[in-house]
Amino acid sequence: MYRSYSELKSNLSTNKTSVLQVVAHYVSQIEKNKHLNAFLEVFEDDALNRAREIDKKISQNKAGKLAGMVIGIKDNLCYKGHKVSASSKILEGFKSLYTATAVQRLLDEDAIIIGRLNCDEFAMGSSNENSAYGKVLNPINNKLVPGGSSGGSAAAVKAGLCMAALGSDTGGSIRQPASFCDIVGLKPSYGRISRYGLIAYASSFDQIGPLTNTIEDAALLLQVMAGKDEMDSTSSSKPTDDYLSFEKKKNKIAIFSSFINHSGIDHEVKNGINSILSKLEAQGHEVEAVDFPYLDYLVPTYYVLTTAEASSNLARYDGIHYGYRSENTVDMETAYKKSRTEGFGEEVKRRIMLGTFVLSSGYYDAYYSKAQKVRRLLKNTMDELFEKFDHIVIPTSPHTPFQIGQQVDDPIKMYLEDIFTVLANLSGNPAISLPVGKHSNGLPFGLQVISKNFCEREMLSFSKEIVDNFSHN
Amino acid sequence: MLSQEIYDKYEPVIGLEIHAQLLTNSKMYSADANEYGSSPNTNVSPISLGHPGTLPVLNKKAVEYAVKMGIACECTITPYNEFARKNYFYADMPKGYQITQDTTPVCTGGFITIKNEEGKEKKVRLTRIHMEEDSGKSIHDQDPFNTLIDLNRAGVPLIEIVSEPDIQSAQQAYNYLQEVRKLVRYLGICDGNMEEGSLRCDANISIRLKGAKEFGQRVEVKNMNSINNVKKAIEHEFRRHVEILEKGERVAQDTRSFDAGKGTTFSMRAKEGAHDYRYFPEPDLQPLTITSEYIEEVRLNMPPLPNFLFKKYIREFGLSEYDSGVLTEEKGIALYFEELIEHTSNFKSAANWVMVNIKSYLNENAVHIEDFSVKPNVLAELIQLIDEGKISHSVAAQKVFPLLIQHPEKKAITIAEENNWIQVSDSGELEKFVEEAIAKFPDKVEIYKSGQVGLLGLFMGEVMKLSKGKADPKLASQLLKEKLS
Repeated sequence: MYRSYSELKSNLSTNKTSVLQVVAHYVSQIEKNKHLNAFLEVFEDDALNRAREIDKKISQNKAGKLAGMVIGIKDNLCYKGHKVSASSKILEGFKSLYTATAVQRLLDEDAIIIGRLNCDEFAMGSSNENSAYGKVLNPINNKLVPGGSSGGSAAAVKAGLCMAALGSDTGGSIRQPASFCDIVGLKPSYGRISRYGLIAYASSFDQIGPLTNTIEDAALLLQVMAGKDEMDSTSSSKPTDDYLSFEKKKNKIAIFSSFINHSGIDHEVKNGINSILSKLEAQGHEVEAVDFPYLDYLVPTYYVLTTAEASSNLARYDGIHYGYRSENTVDMETAYKKSRTEGFGEEVKRRIMLGTFVLSSGYYDAYYSKAQKVRRLLKNTMDELFEKFDHIVIPTSPHTPFQIGQQVDDPIKMYLEDIFTVLANLSGNPAISLPVGKHSNGLPFGLQVISKNFCEREMLSFSKEIVDNFSHN
Repeated sequence: MLSQEIYDKYEPVIGLEIHAQLLTNSKMYSADANEYGSSPNTNVSPISLGHPGTLPVLNKKAVEYAVKMGIACECTITPYNEFARKNYFYADMPKGYQITQDTTPVCTGGFITIKNEEGKEKKVRLTRIHMEEDSGKSIHDQDPFNTLIDLNRAGVPLIEIVSEPDIQSAQQAYNYLQEVRKLVRYLGICDGNMEEGSLRCDANISIRLKGAKEFGQRVEVKNMNSINNVKKAIEHEFRRHVEILEKGERVAQDTRSFDAGKGTTFSMRAKEGAHDYRYFPEPDLQPLTITSEYIEEVRLNMPPLPNFLFKKYIREFGLSEYDSGVLTEEKGIALYFEELIEHTSNFKSAANWVMVNIKSYLNENAVHIEDFSVKPNVLAELIQLIDEGKISHSVAAQKVFPLLIQHPEKKAITIAEENNWIQVSDSGELEKFVEEAIAKFPDKVEIYKSGQVGLLGLFMGEVMKLSKGKADPKLASQLLKEKLS
């Protein structure tokens, strides 16, 4: 129906359609595509009521910037009075008492929150197979995973179940599913969008971001959500930019030979990215291969630090205060043990154990401290690189989406899915996955742009140029 | 029980950890009210309930209060502060971790000066002062089947003041706690109420033979909710340790609780299963930078501190150590005195008025100095009336002062005049009374002149009677002596 908000907006302003009709359309699409398992819950009544209000506002010329934009939110974002579970049994039935800042900013501009989207439990996973509420299917081919952890978000946008979706990205959880589902996935700089109301996985990595069909919609949503929030001390007070003013310029692009020549990369993915880079060079951009010697350290560093933070962040789900409590408890100790044993899934428990281990006395220096030092080194390296270059271009994922069930028994292999995406979370830089690659197997793959901290405007401008030139959609 | 001689072979080594709840309006990391005595679970929000997705935001006032304490104790203030998570499960700690400071406490070093048993000054060194949040309360004795949880206290700002093991007796521990309480009250950062738990103390105690260098096995004692109980608990622990060692046994590593009813301690948990708190930097809070400009700004807004005033009163006003101690014991009293001496230079008299007249009025009527009606400038005028001989001290204390308390809007002179209490110090008028008195007892004049000078009192009495008590006694007796000689 509508690929982008600008199409809808012109139809709304000329009264060719109403927000109510649009919402009804998406509700029926969700109903028809239930097999994808993208939505955990549709806020139908709520959305229809808001649609009526917003139609009235439109008629009075009082509507906000996102009037009638129908957005799904990942099930780790809080929305007052609505259930939120992080796709975990441990939060079964839990309703949030407040609304996440990012979601509130969308509501304030008259967006419609259509429902909550399936994801890997507590955003831990790369295939959306770790949800307590079942796996999500890739709408392009239902035998394939949609990627993760924001798999429901990517699948819903691709399948046209909502116009855009919010996801969260701790190690690639927006970009990798965007790559697998052939859409745009934006992870802003760390601190650009408030995390208040985002259920934490790894606090110093997590960022909220949009998954959309177009660069323009990603920019529009960033525009609305970005900026300082007093409720999140780690949100940046740097002024935001006009992300919608795209500016064409000749860029200096770094490519990492170690990434492109990695043994695990699919040849067509490698060739596809290289061919786009050659064309960009031909169009006047400077492309330079750069030695980046830390590739093998990225995934280990990422997993040491994120699991450490997760082990602490997930301590609050204790079976005492809210959420799931085991029925077999006899005292406080068993309430903790049984509730957490029964309430958390395997992958979440694996990461809690790993994180608890790396923080334990006697192991702290060998793991946590060392990983912190590597992270510092990576940040410095990236800062130095961006003194010379405007952007880094690498693949989002080494390959196209894989089969459901193919990797569930091999956590290490699954962790290596994140090899090209964790860098931007370790360093905090903004990164985006662009739907420009097409494999001979018929499946998509994304091109990833990583840019200088808080230079989302430049990143989006360059991304628009790439998508305009190389999109196969 | 062993003989005193045996106990005397040993000495205790004591370090105290004091938690002081800060008197901020809101909690350490949220806007929830920080209020004692509210209905259970009313001073809460998604943040202090530890709900998913919530984040802490640092209370700047709490930082200011911690820095104040650091300045008062001459600590080094840490310029780069990180917060840390201390991870452990407890039902009244909803996040599953406490946000505290680990490797970068806001204050390090410094000391608190106390009096030792000989009344000499002794510096108890501080290891550190750090900021953290309080936990909620678990209530075990109100419901027969359940533990009830009140999260009003969860997230209340605390500073933890950790001393070096410099304290050498239960009495010194008592004096140290009193000093700390006095200090936090002067600074206005904590109400110091141990019964309500706004000031809490844990003691680390070990013993060793006097003169030994090594420390003995340390135990920690908790749950002493008054300064007296801290003293009692330490005294008990000291004896217990001596008795164990004298039996040839070893003191077990232990965390113990004080039983106020019995005056003894009991084991809460053996330390073998000690927690691994897995401290790591709190990723939800930005590191806090404290600049030297900020520290100076805080320093400029500090109230005068008890030790400073104590020394000033002795050195500059010539007051005794005892008087200076009484005047500085309580902040309100000291502040009253400070204001009073801005209006009078009769320091000794001012001190007596505060220590005797005001304090006994306050005690008898259970009034707090802050609510005392007579303003220092009014009292200073009363002191001046005495100094000028316009009224006698006894009239001032017994008659004018009580009326002033009832009519604080009036001036002392007005009250004295209205009641006709101004002394007659006009020598002409006094001379008439003197002559009249002498004329009344001609026989006694002879006896006086023969050497019975004790009869002066009789004449004075008569002068007072004639003047209706208003004669300036000094002047009257001087005149009488002249006339009778």
